[in-house]
Amino acid sequence: MKPAPFTYHRASSIDDAIAHLKGGDTIVRPLAGGQSLVPMLNLRLAPADKLVDLTRIDALRRSEERPDCIRYGALVTHAAFEDRLVPDASNGLMPFVGSQIAYRAIRTRGTIGGALALADPAADWLTTIVALEAEIALVGPNGRRAIAGTDFVLGPYMTAIEDAELIEAIAVPRRPASERWGHYKVARKTGEYAESMAIALIDKTCGTARLVVGATDGAPLVLEKSSHDIAAGSGGEALATTIRRELADSGRDFSPEKLLLHCTTAVRAVANSEKR
Amino acid sequence: MKISISATINGKPVHVSVEPRTSLADLLREELRLTATHLGCEQGVCGACTVLIDGQPARACIALAVGLEGADIRTLEGLDQDPLMLTLKAAFHDKHGLQCGFCTPGMLISAWDLLRRKPRLSTEEIRVAISGNLCRCTGYQGIVRSIQSAAEKYAGKAELAREQA
Repeated sequence: MKPAPFTYHRASSIDDAIAHLKGGDTIVRPLAGGQSLVPMLNLRLAPADKLVDLTRIDALRRSEERPDCIRYGALVTHAAFEDRLVPDASNGLMPFVGSQIAYRAIRTRGTIGGALALADPAADWLTTIVALEAEIALVGPNGRRAIAGTDFVLGPYMTAIEDAELIEAIAVPRRPASERWGHYKVARKTGEYAESMAIALIDKTCGTARLVVGATDGAPLVLEKSSHDIAAGSGGEALATTIRRELADSGRDFSPEKLLLHCTTAVRAVANSEKR
Repeated sequence: MKISISATINGKPVHVSVEPRTSLADLLREELRLTATHLGCEQGVCGACTVLIDGQPARACIALAVGLEGADIRTLEGLDQDPLMLTLKAAFHDKHGLQCGFCTPGMLISAWDLLRRKPRLSTEEIRVAISGNLCRCTGYQGIVRSIQSAAEKYAGKAELAREQA
């Protein structure tokens, strides 16, 4: 199918983009890599009267190393992470996640900011930034603000982004070198959206752990109790039981089959962290 | 309202006016009559429309032409003298890499990019790399063999060139 007609503005700066995003009664959407938005326009699932193209805003492409974190511009592509064209402070987790998203021809254009702004629960970066305790830098008509990754996602396709606001950058804290990560994803076909995914970050030296399950029916779930138990040395069947119980008590409406799937994914992510 | 864009397509400068909703694929096929780029799903899933934008593989059906001001676009037509592409085409011929041929342009571009990035590959890596290109005829066996064969020939040629140099 072809998209319904819309108008187009190529934004020259962040301020210019924000000025054009204020739509009033019309639907104005920012365009980053377009790898989700354009298919949805083609299928006429996402109505739009106007697109504001962000891709020529150089400030959104920059990555910056800071003492405590790395700030990735919203327009950094998945392929740039995969090819390590941007610095990494996640012990290789972000390059790995970047290489796992969809297909190469999608990764060369799709961006981390665009993926987060869409907030598809099954999107890889959403679970990753929650696991890595990243912060999202937003810029809008009322200036700049930063929001924790965990507070950024409100539900499926729902974020804390306000009217005419943009993701400017994603600040990922430098993870300790002693931390090991484990990742596990279930998808029906290579490159498809995940049915379930989990990331475990375990640091035996510092005695910390963080286990996050994504591709659920809403925001990624941080399994606090299970993380605490992993840090305390729990494993095997005891840990699997804790994970299953925590998922069941999470208040999400998991079917028995989904519960089993998410639990298995989490257990395998923890096991994979041992392999690194 | 149509918007003028200038881009380089297969090495030649092109100036056209496009509606904002026109995809690169429609521009290539309908306006420029470059019909090697095929359109299957028009939602970025099947990979038949894969072309190179600034040297990187991309789906032409979900790239808006209006956003490609200044871009360097190369389609299968623009790789007709490229040594690696000629090796790939010969391998697809020898190893039965196609039946109906609809997916072939996208397969060839994806394989071209793959071999440029990773000259030595296992069949498993090839299968993962072409998972974004759907073929409904071959069952993929012939395609994987074709890419494997092209990889071996291409690596051999590169080695020979190094020895001679």
